[in-house]
Amino acid sequence: MKDIMDEIARANESVTTGIGEETIQHWVKIYVLGKEHRVPADLTIMQAMEFAGYRFIRACGCRAGFCGACATVYRKKESYKLLTAMACQTRVEDGMYLVQIPFVPAKKADYDIEKERYNVSVFLKYYPEIARCLSCNTCTKACPQDIEVMDYIQAAIKGNFQKVAELSFDCIQCGLCAIRCPAEIVQYHIAQLGRRMYGRYGMMKEKNVEKRVAEIKEKKFDDEFKEIMSRPVEELKRIYTEQQLKREVY
Amino acid sequence: MSDLKFIDGYPEYMYDSIKIVEKTRPKRIGKLPAQMTPQERQDILQLCHPDYAPGGKRPLRVGINRDDIVPNRLADLIEAYPLVSPDDISLQRVDYETDILIIGGGLAGTSAALLANDSGIPAEGILLVNKLRHGDANSMMAEGGTQAADSPNDSPVIHYIDVMGGGHFTNKSDVVRVLVNDAPSAIQWLCNLGAIFDRDEEGNFIELTGGGTARKRMHACRDYTGMEELRVLRDDFRSRNIPVLEFYPVIELLTDDSGRVSGALLWGLETGEYKIVRAKATILATGGFGRLHIRGFPTTNHYGATCDGVIIAYRAGARLRDMDTVQYHPTGAAYPQQIIGLLLTEKLRTSGAQPVNARGDAFVFPLEPRDVEASAIIRECYINENGIVTPSGMRGVWLDTPLIDILHGKGATERSFPGMVRMFKRFGIDMVKYPVLVFPTLHYQNGGVETDPDGKTNVEGLFVAGEVSGGVHGKNRLMGNSTLDCLVFGRRTGIAAAEYARSQRGGTLSLEHVRKYIEMLKEAGISGTRKSPILLPDYRGKAVLARMIDVL
Repeated sequence: MKDIMDEIARANESVTTGIGEETIQHWVKIYVLGKEHRVPADLTIMQAMEFAGYRFIRACGCRAGFCGACATVYRKKESYKLLTAMACQTRVEDGMYLVQIPFVPAKKADYDIEKERYNVSVFLKYYPEIARCLSCNTCTKACPQDIEVMDYIQAAIKGNFQKVAELSFDCIQCGLCAIRCPAEIVQYHIAQLGRRMYGRYGMMKEKNVEKRVAEIKEKKFDDEFKEIMSRPVEELKRIYTEQQLKREVY
Repeated sequence: MSDLKFIDGYPEYMYDSIKIVEKTRPKRIGKLPAQMTPQERQDILQLCHPDYAPGGKRPLRVGINRDDIVPNRLADLIEAYPLVSPDDISLQRVDYETDILIIGGGLAGTSAALLANDSGIPAEGILLVNKLRHGDANSMMAEGGTQAADSPNDSPVIHYIDVMGGGHFTNKSDVVRVLVNDAPSAIQWLCNLGAIFDRDEEGNFIELTGGGTARKRMHACRDYTGMEELRVLRDDFRSRNIPVLEFYPVIELLTDDSGRVSGALLWGLETGEYKIVRAKATILATGGFGRLHIRGFPTTNHYGATCDGVIIAYRAGARLRDMDTVQYHPTGAAYPQQIIGLLLTEKLRTSGAQPVNARGDAFVFPLEPRDVEASAIIRECYINENGIVTPSGMRGVWLDTPLIDILHGKGATERSFPGMVRMFKRFGIDMVKYPVLVFPTLHYQNGGVETDPDGKTNVEGLFVAGEVSGGVHGKNRLMGNSTLDCLVFGRRTGIAAAEYARSQRGGTLSLEHVRKYIEMLKEAGISGTRKSPILLPDYRGKAVLARMIDVL
C-alpha cells in the first residue's frame, strides 16, 4: 500500500513541488515585466513564473480561477492587441509579453442595504460616475470570465436589478474592467451592490426557511434531540444505517 | 508530450477510452451500483485510504497532544521552532489595541466580525488580520453548497444523525447539535444580507443531496456558493469600516502571565517588519492545510492554506482533535496537468455524473461519504488497474459528466456549473460533451483546535471557528457542512468573543509560552533547523533554486 502512495506522490510532483528541467521536452519564451524567460510549454502563466524563480506574495490566491488575484494583461507575438487572463488558468504561449495587476485602486462605497430603496437611485447615489458610461464595451473585452459587463452596467442604469444579478454572477472581482474603463467606473463594485439589492428586495423571502427558523425558536425539536442524544452509540449507528437506506437520491 | 495527437482536448488514446464510456452509457443511465454496507465501507478504507497506508503518520513528541498520531508533514511542523526568537521581539510598543482580534478573513472570520459588531462591539474595537487579501481563503472556492434542514420533509434531527454518521460517530454531539440547529438561521441571515441562492419557479430553494446525506438540503449559488456567500459578507464588512489588515500573517500568539491569549505577533509579508496586537479576545479562523501536500497529494486549497493556526495555537497550549484524519475529495481534476487537484464539486455526482472506469463500468455508488468514495477510486486505479494514465503519469477514472444534461435537459450543466464549464473550456475540453478525468485530491482538515458549542477552546481568551477547528465533523466531514461550520461558528464566536471581551481589560503581553515550547523541543531532541509556520508553499523551479542566494 505504501508503494501506491509513493506512486501517487511521484505522479503529482509537478504540482506539489518545484519543477525540474530534465523531463521538459518543449520550451517557449515568455516576457515577464519585459524580462525574457525560457519556460516549459505546457504550464500555466503562474506555474511558468514560478518555474522561472518568482515566488508569489501578491497576484496569487486560490490558483483555481475564483479569486481574481492573478489578473494578467499581455500581448502576443506580432499583435498590437492587449489581452487579459487569469495567470492560474491560462497556458503560456511563445512570445507572450505580460504583466500582472494584483490590485486595482477602485473605491467601494459604504452602504447599509437595509436603509436603501429598491430603485436605480441607489446606483446613482453611491456610484454617480455610472452615468458616464460610453457603451464602448472595453470592460466586456477586459473580462476574463466572459461576462457581458457593459450590459449589466446598462441594466443598472435602467434599474433592472435582476439583470445585473444574472449577468454579473460569475464575477471574481479581479478589477480588470475597472482599470481599463475610460469613464473610471468601478463595474465590479456596482455589480456587488446590484446583486445584494436583488437578493434582498427582488427575490421573495423563502417560505420554508422562515418556517423552520420559527419552529426551532419555539423549541419544536428539543425533545427529539434529547431523546436521540441519550441513545447509546450502537443504537445511533443502527438508526443511521436505516436512515441512509431510505435516503433521497436525486 | 506535444507529439501526441489530440482530439477535442484529449490525447487520442484517452479519446478512445471515452468512446468506451459512451458505449456503456445507455445501460448505466439511472442504474447505480449498490451502496456499500458498513463493513464494506470499513474494509475499503483500511485497504485504500491514504490515512491508513503505513508510513504516513507518527506520534507527536511534544505538547498537550503528545503521543497522538498525526500525518508526518504535520508532525514536522508542530515539532518545529518559531520563525523568530523571542529575544528578537520587543513587546513594548503595541501597534494595535483591540477588543476582538480575528485571525483569518474567510467565511468564519468575516461572519465573526459582523456578529461581534452586531453584538455591540464598535467597528474600531475589531481587527481582522489576513495573511494575504481579505477573502483569500478556502471559503472562496467552495462550490457545492451549504447544508440546512429547512425542507418540510427534513429536520435538524435527521441532519444531526447524518453528521454523526458521516463522522463515524466521533464528533462532539453538543457541537453538532448547534451546527444543525443554527443552520436554517444562517441561511436566512445570508438571504437578508442579499445572498442569492438557487431557487425554483415558486421561489423555493433548489436543494440537492450530497454524499452521506439522507435528505436534499444543500443550498447552492450555482457552482460559486462559497464565493457568493463570502463576497456578500465581505461587502457588508467593508461597508461598516471594520479595521482590516492584509499581508500580515500571525506568526505567534501572545499570552499573559496566566497563559491567557492576550494578542498576536504579526509579520509583514511585504516589508518584513513585525507588529504587536493586544486583544481582549482572539478568534482563530485560519482555515486549512492543503498546501502541505500531505502524502504528496495535489490539493484543492488556496495558496495560503499551510496550517498556521493549528501550529501557533498548539504552542499556546490549545488542545487538538482528530488531526489523524485528512479528507481527500474523491474528485479532483486529473487532466490536464495544469489543473491537477482542483475541485470538481460533489454536486456533479448529485446531479447525475457517475464515476466510470476504463472498461466503461460504474464501479462505485456515486454518493458514498467522501473517504469511502476516494478509497474506491484509488482502489480502481492502483489495485484493480482499471484507471486511465495521463501523459504526465497521473492516474484517474472518468466522471461521466454528459449524464447531467441527459438527465436534466440541455443546458443543465452550463446553468449549474458555469465556472467549471468555463475552466475546462479554457483548456480545450467540453465537459458537457465528454467525461472528465478525476482522482482524489487533498481537500479538508477534518480536525483541528478543539472547540465547544460557542467556539471556546481550552485556552482562555482564544476562540476558534471554521476549518481550523476540531470536533464538529469528527473524523470525516460531509459535503455542505464546511461552509455551514464557518457560518454557524463564525457567528457564535463573534457573539461569544464580544461577551468575553466586555468582561476583560487588555492583558500583559509575552512570548513566554513560546520559550517554554522551545525548551520542550530541545528536551525532545528536535533539531533547530525545522521552523514553522511555513506561511507559503514553494513552487519555484528546481534549477533556479539551486542557484539562488539571498544577498539583499
